[in-house]
Amino acid sequence: MIAIEDVSKRYADGTVAVDRLSLQIPNHSITVLVGPSGCGKTTTLRMINRMVEPSGGTIRVDGEDIRSRPVNALRRSMGYVIQNAGLFQHRTILDNIATVPRLLGWSKQRARERAAELMERVGLDPAMARRYPYQLSGGQQQRVGVARALAADPPILLMDEPFSAVDPVVRRGLQEELLRIQGELGKAIVFVTHDMDEAITIGDRIAVLRTGGKLAQFATPDEILSSPADPFVEQFLGADRGIRGLSFLSTRDLELDRSRVFPVGSDWREIAGRDPEGTPVLVTDADGKPLGWADPGAWDGDLADLEPYGPSFEVGRDSLRVALDRAVLSPTGLAVAVDASGQVLGVAGQETVAAAIRVARQRRAADTPQETASASAKAGR
Amino acid sequence: MNGFFDIPSDLQHSYGGLIAIHLQEALVPVLVGLLLALPIGLLCVHYDWIYGPVLWTSTVLYAIPSIAFFVVLIDYTGLSQLTVMIPLCLYSLVVLVPAVVDGIRSVPEETNAAASAMGIGLARRYLQVQLPIAVPAIMAGLRVAVASSISLVSVGALIGNQGGLGNLLTTAQLYGRPRLAVTSVVTTAALAIVIDALLVLLRRVLTPWEPPSGGAAGRSGAATTAEDAATRTPEGAS
Repeated sequence: MIAIEDVSKRYADGTVAVDRLSLQIPNHSITVLVGPSGCGKTTTLRMINRMVEPSGGTIRVDGEDIRSRPVNALRRSMGYVIQNAGLFQHRTILDNIATVPRLLGWSKQRARERAAELMERVGLDPAMARRYPYQLSGGQQQRVGVARALAADPPILLMDEPFSAVDPVVRRGLQEELLRIQGELGKAIVFVTHDMDEAITIGDRIAVLRTGGKLAQFATPDEILSSPADPFVEQFLGADRGIRGLSFLSTRDLELDRSRVFPVGSDWREIAGRDPEGTPVLVTDADGKPLGWADPGAWDGDLADLEPYGPSFEVGRDSLRVALDRAVLSPTGLAVAVDASGQVLGVAGQETVAAAIRVARQRRAADTPQETASASAKAGR
Repeated sequence: MNGFFDIPSDLQHSYGGLIAIHLQEALVPVLVGLLLALPIGLLCVHYDWIYGPVLWTSTVLYAIPSIAFFVVLIDYTGLSQLTVMIPLCLYSLVVLVPAVVDGIRSVPEETNAAASAMGIGLARRYLQVQLPIAVPAIMAGLRVAVASSISLVSVGALIGNQGGLGNLLTTAQLYGRPRLAVTSVVTTAALAIVIDALLVLLRRVLTPWEPPSGGAAGRSGAATTAEDAATRTPEGAS
């Protein structure tokens, strides 16, 4: 637990970077500091490992004032990941990762073994161990940066816009990787970003800071999206916070329509007879996996003539946002719902998703907002 | 070959002996200069305001002709090799201090921040992070300093027998044997080229982490500053 208590940072020229900030950062969770440039988010992060000394207030880690420890010992107990990775260009990947263990006095052999273990954990090919940073892509360098920060198994991980300099596809991969690693290790992670989407994707809790280093809101992503504290937070969220908020609603209770799903070999004439309007049906193979859409009255049974069903969503794992997206993309306006094995559970139209949203909203209004939010927070990314 | 390599006995050295003396008088001062430039350069990076005065001083020293140095130094160090080497050492600083400063400054900001965030203390950071990354810039400066030092040693001939291969020039004049002058000039140039090649090789060995030159990829920043440092040398002094 990192307790930031009434902390300020004022510079000699009078600029206030952080203004009387108080935050409780719990263990085993990712806390994101987000805000526009000049909001003091990086300054706040750097005060935690004393790269910046506060002008007022106290920071405690597990109850202990961080000023009570020698600064280098304090820093070695916290992993630090930085934009562009900041790797030591003159050291091999393995030795980069082994840096802090070596500083802590581990033998070279043990530090390198540990480094090799971490390369695997962050998804790096062991063949890269002997390479130098210039031989790696930006995304790979950033993985090395994360591995280096984790090398001595610190309880705290500080991340300063770590994924800002890589392209969106690589960034998404790194975010997923970070969540996976966090699922295994359960560190107290403080993550700085200026990107609200990134904050929502990875944060268990988000602290929104405004220019001048004041805290605007500190809440779960779901709460921030559904009830922003003020116009500044609302504006910072952008125009589509309603849609984005659907990321936190599960598809588990969606009312799926099974009546329009048929396996190959069904009696298409009979099906067409039942529905004179000729609404399309979803054809599945013998295992129940989707094949495509057909008009039962006109289709001659040739699989090549089926209309592609596009992307599907997995019930329980994907969110209502994904379900709605699939329905919008579908040629028939109906999203295909599958289970974990890919078998069709049914289809859902945009109206079905809308009905589910209404139900979820009502249920939430009845419950205490905080509890539902954290429980379902990571339901459907 | 007649006349090129029979060295008059008053030089007291064989051809090979002259080469050895020449190298010693040229390289030892640069080496000492480097040992001085490393801490001076670090101080200049740490305390920015002293860099200007340090640069000014080293440039003024470079502008003092070596003969003037000899006149002053002879009272203390006599007609010795030391009298030749002291000015050469001071001259080398004009290249080496900026090379060290540029080298340390070529360390990317994130690298310094990462080092400090990992709890690497100042001394360790200088020795284990900044200095290795500064190697390309320092080596570029070293090449210029060494080449210039090799050519300057010949001036030592003016204070007696202390100019290494340069002594052949005065001897050539004295005995009317121009071939000895050719030997002197060609050998000095060859020495400069060979030593420079060795330095290039040394740099390659020291920097396996550098992207191969010519490739556009990677951090070419450090290499560029290194080349800049090398071309900034004041020309035609002493």
